[in-house]
Amino acid sequence: MSSIFTISILQSALELGFIYSLVVLALFISFSILNIADLSTDGCFTLGCAVAASMTLAGHPVLALLCAIGAGILSGFVTAFLQTRMGVESILAGIIVNTGLYTVNIAVMGFSSNLNLFQCESIFTLTKSLIEQHMGKGVYDILVTGGWFRLILVAVIVILIGIVLGIFMSTRLGLSIRATGDNAAMVKASSINPKYTITVGLCLSGSLTALSGGILAQYQKSCDINLGTGMVTIALASLIIGETLVGKRTMVRRIIGVIFGSCLYRFIVAIAIRMDVPAECLKLVSALIVAIAIAFPYLKQKAVFTRNKYASISRRKKGGAY
Amino acid sequence: MLELFHVSKTFNPSTINEKKALTDLNLTLADGDFATIVGSNGAGKSTMFNAITGVFYVDEGDIVLDGENITFKQEHLRSKYIGHLFQDPLLGTAPHMTIEENMSLAYLRASTRKGLFFRRSRKKEKDFFREQLSLLEMGLEDRMKQPVGLLSGGQRQALTLLMATMVTPKLLLLDEHTAALDPATAEKVLGLTKEIVEERNITCLMVTHNMNQALELGNRTLMMDSGRVVFDVSGKERSALTVEDLLEKFRDHVGRQLDNDRILLSK
Repeated sequence: MSSIFTISILQSALELGFIYSLVVLALFISFSILNIADLSTDGCFTLGCAVAASMTLAGHPVLALLCAIGAGILSGFVTAFLQTRMGVESILAGIIVNTGLYTVNIAVMGFSSNLNLFQCESIFTLTKSLIEQHMGKGVYDILVTGGWFRLILVAVIVILIGIVLGIFMSTRLGLSIRATGDNAAMVKASSINPKYTITVGLCLSGSLTALSGGILAQYQKSCDINLGTGMVTIALASLIIGETLVGKRTMVRRIIGVIFGSCLYRFIVAIAIRMDVPAECLKLVSALIVAIAIAFPYLKQKAVFTRNKYASISRRKKGGAY
Repeated sequence: MLELFHVSKTFNPSTINEKKALTDLNLTLADGDFATIVGSNGAGKSTMFNAITGVFYVDEGDIVLDGENITFKQEHLRSKYIGHLFQDPLLGTAPHMTIEENMSLAYLRASTRKGLFFRRSRKKEKDFFREQLSLLEMGLEDRMKQPVGLLSGGQRQALTLLMATMVTPKLLLLDEHTAALDPATAEKVLGLTKEIVEERNITCLMVTHNMNQALELGNRTLMMDSGRVVFDVSGKERSALTVEDLLEKFRDHVGRQLDNDRILLSK
């Protein structure tokens, strides 16, 4: 096993897991809470990536992430506007925005299909120099030479966002958003404007998706126009892995489940790569993982059902009580 | 005080499906009035409720609540001070949210100003929710962290009633809210309704198909037919009225459809 599990694999899987968990949180808001299939995720992720990359190239690494968030809010707002004010089906609204964003993304990247950020300052290089200036040599060795500072940075960002999101979900606005997806009839009879709550929810979801893309751009020091392709599927798989393994009783549990699911998914992919799965087969591996993750809860339930059935039949054959 | 002046509503006008749901409906409900409404299916009872809550805008006439003309006010703006319970107990609560979260939402939406988006319910308010729940005597005060989806229909309807009245509404609309419950639970929810409405002096309209209830509960009985109020009784005249009298009245007004109406069954 030691050849498959190495610290560096775990490290990079966790790093990616935390970065992508923001998209999963976004899908958690739109898909699980608002009960809307928002398919603009792919484009929105690339948008965040492109905006952040362009700004990073211009030399503003922190501002880049804030702009990515702003762009994500805008994208979420357009999707919400189409479905609440223009009467477009929610799935269609997502697809329309996704299609339109392709051109927007290319334009943001200055009409080239990829950008390189190798020489640029990023939040990671900033953290590195902060540690260098303020911490002792021992700490520097562990954090920077060992490479842990990246993981710590993204983990702190994601955990902070998770906590804020958890608190937000118990405020008046948060509760209203949850009720909107849970019982439309109730919302109509309460003084909640579903158009408003859907708009806020999708803007929030868009901002998280784009932020995730932005951090990824700085993390891998590049941005590609096709980066977001298939992001919906992957995020959905992570979401379902998390909900299946961690449960969905309380809000805190669900948010932890989302982050856990995302990390686990990245870990599985890392192991697949480690086991010498050719690079061109990776999409198929991803699709398989997704299919298994989604089918698993159903099959588990079915297995219990079948087992109960046969147990009951065999009891009857023995002449036991009904 | 609720006033309806010459309210009319026609669905699908000038088509083959044209349906005059409300025709020149006039009604004045004084503060603290608790009126029961009887009438056959299609008489316009629920349509009147929907007109008051703003599910649609009426074609003609005015709706005035506590001196404010709300005829063209949006639905979600009105519902802040109008409580509405439906026949289906599943419609009033969010199943995947806990009892406490449901109550928080109901309380915060009705009690806080528009700008306070990020207001959370405080410890003191949670104690208040618990206290309110214990009034139901259903043991719900010990299950506040459980999702509402686990409750029975009767418990959910009782909770909905509590949520609608926690912050006293200007008007409470009950649309056959006990019709889907078993007799014992219906009795209990009805008892609670009576208690809450009388104690807080809430202006209330209640649709029922049970003639006994129609005469026993509240201080006023209305009969609707073809989109208007055809019979309105209160005070001494009402206390002298028997179920038979009421059925007789009913026959006078809507005799033609009596044969197949379920109102006969619930004498």
